[in-house]
Amino acid sequence: MTRTQRLASFTERPELVGLGVLLLLGSGVILLAAEITSGALAYVVGGLMALALVGYATTIVRGTSDDRRSIAPYALLKPGVLWLSIFFLAPLWALFVMSLSSKESRFDFFPDFTWEWANYQEAFTRFRPQFIRSFTYAGIATLLTILIGFPIAYVIAFRGGKYRMLLLGLVVIPFFTSYLIRTLAWTTLMSDNGPVMNTLETLRLVTVFEWLQIVDDGRLLSTPAAVIGGLTYNFLPFMILPIYVSLEKIDTRLVDAAMDLYSSASSAFRKVVLPLAIPGIFAGSLLVFIPASGDFVNAQFLGSPNTTMIGNSIQDQYLKQLNYPVASAMSFVLMVIITIGVLVYTKFMGTEELA
Amino acid sequence: MSTSSRVGRWGINAVAILGFIYLFAPIFVIILFSFNDPAGKFNIQWSGFTLDNWADPFSEKQLTDALLVSLRVAFVSTIISTFLGSLMAIALSRYKFKGQGGVNLFLVLPLTSPEVVIGASLATLFLNRSVEFGYTTVIIAHVMFQISFVALTVRARIRGFDWGLEQAAMDLGASPMRAFWKITFPLILPGILAASLLSFALSIDDFIITFFNAGSLVTFPLQIFGASRVTIPPQINILATMILLASVGIMVLGAVAGSIRRKRLGQTL
Repeated sequence: MTRTQRLASFTERPELVGLGVLLLLGSGVILLAAEITSGALAYVVGGLMALALVGYATTIVRGTSDDRRSIAPYALLKPGVLWLSIFFLAPLWALFVMSLSSKESRFDFFPDFTWEWANYQEAFTRFRPQFIRSFTYAGIATLLTILIGFPIAYVIAFRGGKYRMLLLGLVVIPFFTSYLIRTLAWTTLMSDNGPVMNTLETLRLVTVFEWLQIVDDGRLLSTPAAVIGGLTYNFLPFMILPIYVSLEKIDTRLVDAAMDLYSSASSAFRKVVLPLAIPGIFAGSLLVFIPASGDFVNAQFLGSPNTTMIGNSIQDQYLKQLNYPVASAMSFVLMVIITIGVLVYTKFMGTEELA
Repeated sequence: MSTSSRVGRWGINAVAILGFIYLFAPIFVIILFSFNDPAGKFNIQWSGFTLDNWADPFSEKQLTDALLVSLRVAFVSTIISTFLGSLMAIALSRYKFKGQGGVNLFLVLPLTSPEVVIGASLATLFLNRSVEFGYTTVIIAHVMFQISFVALTVRARIRGFDWGLEQAAMDLGASPMRAFWKITFPLILPGILAASLLSFALSIDDFIITFFNAGSLVTFPLQIFGASRVTIPPQINILATMILLASVGIMVLGAVAGSIRRKRLGQTL
C-alpha cells in the first residue's frame, strides 16, 4: 500500500478519527488531572494526546468537505467534554483514591493511598443511621412530591387552556428566591407558634398528628416530618415539570375515545392518562430523589441532631473534622448506590426524558 | 356528566389550588418578613410592621458584598458554560454521529450525582493538587454543573429546528460561516439566552458544591448559611425579594419579547 492509499483508507471512516481523538483526549486529561500517571508516563500520555491532535488536524486539512462535516460534531463537543472530564470524572477518581487512603494525623492534609478498606467499614457501620435516614427521607419526599405534584401538573396540562404558560411560570417563580432563604422561611412557618402549628391547634389536630408521629412533644420543627416537608417543598418543581411534559403530549381525544367506549372517568384516567404519565413520574422521581438523598440544608435548618442525613455527615467529616478519607468513602458509597439506580432506570427509560 | 366525575373534577382543582398556596407560602413569608421589626437578632418571629428595613436595604455590608461576589461568579461562569454547553447542544442536535448515546449519558451524569459527592470530589482534586480555594475554584465548579444544564436545555429548545435552512442559504451561495451567523444563530439565540439565564440562576443559588470549594470566598448563600446561627437580619429578606422581582421581571420581558418576535415572524413568513 502506498502512503497516499493508506491515508485514504484512514480517512474513509473520518468519524472514527473524530471519536477516537475525543476519547483519547478525554481519557488523557483524566489520567493527567487525577495523577493516575506521573513522571515519564505522563509525558507519554501527553505525547499521545499531541499526536491525536495532529491526526485530527491532518484529517481536517487533507480530508474532503464531507470528511470535515463528519468530524465537525467531535470538534464542537471537545471543549465541553474536556471540561467535564477534568472537573467531573477526574475528581471522582481522586475521591475513590482518597477513600482508600489513611491519614497520619488529624492535620495530615495529604493522606497516603494504603488500600484502607477500614474507611468503608466506618462509613457503613458508624454512619449507617445517616444512610438509612437519607434514603428513607428522600423516598418519602419523592412519594409526597408525586402526590402533590401530579394534580398540579394535571390541572395545568388539561385545564390550563391559554393560561398554561402562566401557570407553569407560577410553579417556577417561588424557586427564584434563594434555596437557603426559602428553607429558613419554613422555620418560621413551622415554628412552635407559627401558622402551621396554630392551624393544627385551632383544628384540634395536634394529638392526631402526635399519634401519627408527625408532631413530637408539641413541636413540628426539629422532627423528621419537618425535614421531609422541607425536602418535599424544595424539590417539588423537579416533579411537576417532567410530569407536565409527559401529560402535555397526551392527545385528549384518547380520553374522549375511552369515554365514548363507555369507560368511566376513573378507569379512563387509570388506563389512558396514568400509563402515559409514567415516564414523567419516573424522570421526576430521579430528579427529586437524587438531590434529596444528598441534601444537608433541610436537615440542618429544620431538623435536629437526631435527623442528620448522610450529606450532613459527609460535610461534617470533610470540612470540620478534616477526615477526608472517611468522608470520601461515604460519598463514594452514596454515588455508587445512586449510579446503579440511574443506570437501571436509563436502561428501561432512556435519557431523553431527563432533559 | 355524572355527579361523581364532577366531584372528581372539582376535587383535583381544589388540590391544585392548595398546591399553589403551598408553593407560595414561604415566598409570602419572605416578603412579609422584610417588613418585620424583629425583636432580637433573628428575623423569624413576627413582632411588628416597619418600613425601616426597606429604607436601608444594603445596610448589612457583609451580605451585600456576598451578593456582589455571587453576581460576579455567576456572570463569569455563565459566559463560559453557555459557550461550551451551546457548542455541545449544536453538535448533539445537528449531527448524527457515533458515540452520541455515550455523550448524552455523559451529560446527564453530573445532574444525577448528588451535589455533596460532586463538591467533595472536586475539592479532593484541588486538595491533591494544592490549588488554592477561592474565586477560580468556585467558577470552575459552577461551570462544571452548568454545562450539562445549558447543553440539555439548548438541545431541547432547538430540537425542532430545521437545519435545512442553513443548507438552503449555502445553496444560494453563502459561506458556511455566513449561513451559520445569518440564519442559524439568530434562530437558536432565544434558546441559548433562556439556557444562560437558567444557568445564571443556578450559579447564584448554588450552595452545596460551593460550600466545599470556596475556601475563604463568601458567596451569598454561604453568607446566609454562616450567619444563620448568629443573626438573621431582615435585609436577607429584602435582598431575596429583590432577586425574586428581578427574576420575574426578566421572565416577563422574555415572554413579551418572545410573543412580539413570533408576531413579527408570522407577518414576514
